[in-house]
Amino acid sequence: MIDLHNLTKRYGSQIVVDDVSITVERSESVALWGPNGAGKTTIVRCILGMLAYEGTITIDGLDAHSQGKAARRLMGYVPQELAFYPDLTVVETLDFSAALRRLPATRVDEMIDLVDLGPHVEKRVRELSGGLKQRLGLAAALLPDPPVLLLDEPTSNLDAAAREAAVALLHDLREQGRIMIVTSHHLEEVGMLVDRVVALEAGRVTVECPPNQLAERLRLRAWLHLVPAHAAIDAAVAALRDGGFDARANSYGVLVEVSAQSKGLALETLRSAGIEIADLEVWR
Amino acid sequence: MTTRAAAASHFDVDLVATIARKELRDAVRARWFWLYAVGFAGLAALLATVALPRGIAGSVGFGRTAASLVALVQLVLPLIALTLGAQSIAGQAERGTLRFLLSHPVTRSEVFVGTYAGLASALVALCGFGFGVAGLVASARNAGIDAGAFVRIAILSLLLAWAMLALGMLISTFASKGATALGTAVFLWLALVFLGELGIMGTAVATRLPVDVLFLSAVANPVEAFRIAALSALSGSLDVLGPAGTYAVDTYGRALEPLLVGILVAWAVVPVMVAWRRFVRGRDL
Repeated sequence: MIDLHNLTKRYGSQIVVDDVSITVERSESVALWGPNGAGKTTIVRCILGMLAYEGTITIDGLDAHSQGKAARRLMGYVPQELAFYPDLTVVETLDFSAALRRLPATRVDEMIDLVDLGPHVEKRVRELSGGLKQRLGLAAALLPDPPVLLLDEPTSNLDAAAREAAVALLHDLREQGRIMIVTSHHLEEVGMLVDRVVALEAGRVTVECPPNQLAERLRLRAWLHLVPAHAAIDAAVAALRDGGFDARANSYGVLVEVSAQSKGLALETLRSAGIEIADLEVWR
Repeated sequence: MTTRAAAASHFDVDLVATIARKELRDAVRARWFWLYAVGFAGLAALLATVALPRGIAGSVGFGRTAASLVALVQLVLPLIALTLGAQSIAGQAERGTLRFLLSHPVTRSEVFVGTYAGLASALVALCGFGFGVAGLVASARNAGIDAGAFVRIAILSLLLAWAMLALGMLISTFASKGATALGTAVFLWLALVFLGELGIMGTAVATRLPVDVLFLSAVANPVEAFRIAALSALSGSLDVLGPAGTYAVDTYGRALEPLLVGILVAWAVVPVMVAWRRFVRGRDL
């Protein structure tokens, strides 16, 4: 179990995490969700004992500050900014990480297979793409088969295909019954990976709820960028406004503000008005 | 603290060795290491050659080679070791690799000691390479090497390098950026190598410092402590230093060299202890 009690982090007079209390039970996966600067990464670094903080953090009864070394034995961590030693190869990086955890070399081989890094083991880290670095980070975090996984924006450097594969892997890891704390600002990803979302804003907890309630609880909005067929931009704007949407034309399409959970309503409105949509994007 | 936590939190020498090996391997692989090593060895070989013109051999030849090496060491080794130490902690913190390291079950003490040990080992390799090449060149030119004096100078050089490494790491733990640490280290090198000697000479002339104050002011500078200890090891006489040298020999006699070695050891230990304390109590990462 992980217990954060009245956690506060200040940088000078600036408070970046403000009196946060969160308990994560065994086998539970929790997302720290919020915009940049909400305090998600700071909380993860406090749990790892990298930052001085006020309040208490315990991991399976071990104090994250005074018993940090023992506590970190229980945790694997994938940072948002993947900073490995650039001149080490993939296998040397994992060997070093395994040596620091006193793990056998066979474990390194298992992790290389798990994240499919086999063809890249002799590459130096500085030669790796963002996606491969992310896989290396995951392999290093999973080396000790930790009961706790801390994942800081685990798919932020990945393209769509790699993100799907990573989410599938993380979903499997979640099913294995370990504690997962995931920071993210991707709503869909959070929905697939966690049991509970803790939404943060300016260092404070604003909402705690299951992921399927988050959009409604926070009244999240999104923008749809629609490209109508046959350049029917004006007609599309008019139809959407008639349907009660906030819509406006831009250079080659229509921007319409929608509820994050009911994006289909705008499309249905246009379909009813006989307007075809050639392409669309979701902007948050 | 629970038994489980206590067992996991003790200072682990094996982990220190793992970190030190990685630091040493990184250093030996790095271009700067070979640039420094080849530059140092090349200069040492050049000095061994030019210090021994035709017709000069035997102990006189060795003395000239060794004196040239001392001059080279007091100029080059402090720069190498200071910049190496300065870039260690600050550079790793800036690149984020320190965060990767500290996400493992290691303590800050283990990371610090492992880093220092690895870099100190790299300096052993570098000094060994430089002195080895110089020794080979001097032997080839029939310089009549005094092996005892040569080894003593090599050991003093290593002590100087470790003292400078300690000062570099001290700078590194206080600097927020690698570039700041590097700039500070270069400024300190200038101060120790050039301003120190010139400053003391100028002050002595301007203020007519008593000779004992002049001597103690000089040896407080680790570079000067090394120079005086090396000259003493080489010839047993410090006449070349003028009145301060005569004073030192008359006052301290046989205790002079242990005193100077003690000063170098203190410079190697005290800054690194302060740096360790600063790092362990720690900056946020």
